[in-house]
Amino acid sequence: LTCSSGRTVTACIYSLAFPLQLLSRQICVSSAAWRKNLAAAGPEKFSEEYIKKQVEEFNIGKRHLANIMGEDPETFTQEDIDRSIAYLFPSGLFEKRARPVMKHPDLLFPKQTAVQWGEDGRPFHYMFYTGKQAYYSLMHDTFGKVLALEKYQDSMRNKGLFTKDTRQMSLTGSRWLLKEELEELLVENISDHDYTRFLQLMERLLSMPYCAMEEEFVQRFRRQLEVQSSKQEIPAVQHDENGVAFSQAEGRRKTAKASIKLRDCGTGSITINGKSYLLYFPVLQDREQLMFPLHFVDMLGRFNVEASVEGGGHCAQAGALRLAVSRALLSFVSAGEMESMRQAGLLTPDPRVKERKKPGQAGARKKFTWKKR
Amino acid sequence: MNLPRLYHRLRLTARSLHSSANGQQVEKVAVAVDPDVPSQVSVFRTSENDPTCHTELHAGQYYTLPPAHMRTLFPHGLPPRFQMQMKTFNEACVMVRQPALELITCLRKADYSEPALRYVLYGEKGCGKTLSLCHVLHFCSTQGWLVLHIPDAHLWVKNCRELLPSSSRPGRFDQPIQALNWLKNFKTTNEHFLSKIKTTQRYVWTKRESTEEGRPLGELVDQGVSRVKSSSDVVGALLRELRLQAGGAAEGAFRLAVAVDGVNALWGKTTLKKEDKSEVLPEELTLIHNLRKMLRNDWCGGAILTTLSQTGSLFKPRSAYLPMELLGEEGFDNMDPFVPIPVSNYSDKEFESCYLYYLDRNWLQHPHSRTEDGKKELIFLSSRNPSILERLCAFL
Repeated sequence: LTCSSGRTVTACIYSLAFPLQLLSRQICVSSAAWRKNLAAAGPEKFSEEYIKKQVEEFNIGKRHLANIMGEDPETFTQEDIDRSIAYLFPSGLFEKRARPVMKHPDLLFPKQTAVQWGEDGRPFHYMFYTGKQAYYSLMHDTFGKVLALEKYQDSMRNKGLFTKDTRQMSLTGSRWLLKEELEELLVENISDHDYTRFLQLMERLLSMPYCAMEEEFVQRFRRQLEVQSSKQEIPAVQHDENGVAFSQAEGRRKTAKASIKLRDCGTGSITINGKSYLLYFPVLQDREQLMFPLHFVDMLGRFNVEASVEGGGHCAQAGALRLAVSRALLSFVSAGEMESMRQAGLLTPDPRVKERKKPGQAGARKKFTWKKR
Repeated sequence: MNLPRLYHRLRLTARSLHSSANGQQVEKVAVAVDPDVPSQVSVFRTSENDPTCHTELHAGQYYTLPPAHMRTLFPHGLPPRFQMQMKTFNEACVMVRQPALELITCLRKADYSEPALRYVLYGEKGCGKTLSLCHVLHFCSTQGWLVLHIPDAHLWVKNCRELLPSSSRPGRFDQPIQALNWLKNFKTTNEHFLSKIKTTQRYVWTKRESTEEGRPLGELVDQGVSRVKSSSDVVGALLRELRLQAGGAAEGAFRLAVAVDGVNALWGKTTLKKEDKSEVLPEELTLIHNLRKMLRNDWCGGAILTTLSQTGSLFKPRSAYLPMELLGEEGFDNMDPFVPIPVSNYSDKEFESCYLYYLDRNWLQHPHSRTEDGKKELIFLSSRNPSILERLCAFL
């Protein structure tokens, strides 16, 4: 920690990285005042030395853990660590973040800036006094690039080589950084307005003809979009003894679980828990839910469905069956149709579950009667 | 049907179907718009309105009940939804289906010197048991039989406002209103028989009223209608008379068709309570007791046609439709032996015909329902069940 232990109390007390014990020793106040001061200044931040020590301890601990588990310390990855910790410290807690965890200190401790000024109190960065030095320096650099591009354009025009159809960057399949991600990159807080201004400046940069020259700079602030449907699992098509193709799938909704067998028979009959679907779902809405995936791919009379469902109410069971049927249909359907099914929302499990009741309220949202006095 | 009206209707059908621009429908009508074949107006309708002549050829087609017959035969017999449909479409069209045809063939071939055969129509809820029964009753009445139709036996075991202790027997209960209604309807149905049949015994109703031997049945019925208190006993007497005289002597010989819809009510539970809040058993009701005697096959010269029904039944689960489940042990033993006739959902051909009928009557307004896709959706959603299909099309 590069601090001046011999310093007397001056106006720079309000720097964040100082441990306050040093200052209070100078002032020689009673311990009561010292305790009050600590609370006022905020939580204790982690120093660089401290974090380095944590990293060393982590590495040694990792080797110890590998030895305990009887594995090779050299090739012990983070997944192995997680597995071992879950084995050695089994936890019944529902919240995953509350369970015991062993990770690299860089992931656990929040990133914080090092001390921004030197021994003489002069800040290192020339934009320190703006308050958000990283953000403003970024904006300044970007605008500098904009000006450079304009200058380049002018020079090309002067030479007579100005053309509009230069190589364009491909921006499809990627998105701008989110505000949280930008904050993480710059290690300081940004307001919504600042974020908007940043995006506007980037768009302005991209609108210029020769922007391809700054491609790597721009790509630093873009993230790839993952293709969703490539992750979909398609159940395998099996054949039973008569040679009829069938596939099995499961679906869940709220508390209902459904598992079905879709047979390529040709009758279009549906049996749920041994009963006909007309008896099991007297409500029209449930039968419509069941019909949706088959009707969407135009295979209404083609398949036989044998389903077993349990838990939940009738709507939840219908939703679970619908998801299961859509998943089972994936093995009989082309990739393009799978993509359109995904866009129709047939393959997305519904995340809505019953919200917890809170103390002090009658239900999840309903409050007790409000009395004015 | 006279030819000009036939042509008009054909033209209308063709025009409406042409405007919906559905190639398949146009094809079908093009086949049928052939003036040389007037009896096949279209694939779903037949002009053969006499159930005596209905055969396998007419299976799946609709025939129209003549309005005159309607009022006499079915003052109370048709299901309420069918009555609403009749009012909307201005005609009463019933589909000729396999179970009804089977029953009619059995009735034709039966030997009426033997004790009466019992037929039970059973099937899932909404399959068409009641309407099949009505079709068969139409056949019976055209043959000149005496039709004893109890439209819904469940009405006699529940929702009774007035339950009087019986005047004739100590342990029994009378239901004057139900008996009165039924007698009135019976009178409408069988007017011409009432003067022909004579009573065989003297019935004493009160100290001052009695019906002598040899009086026409009409007097008995009037006695019940005018004196409400003894109407249940009148019903009992009526049933007894008919039982004794059916298929008997040559000069007044008639065949008796006893049709009970919802026969499982006779052996189930009731929801009626006595004054001390204890439950009334079905045996303790006069009407039920007499009806049970009627259903025993100890008389000749007629047939007993019954239907099981879960719709009005008490304390039975919705999925129950087999005779064993709905009749219970006691009922099954009483009804045994009987001829079971299963009624199932529409077959492909019958569904096609129903769909065309609704199209013809302009009942399916939604443009999507006239396409092939829409038809597949209807098949799926209703699972070819007639009543569910009817309810579904009601808001299309």
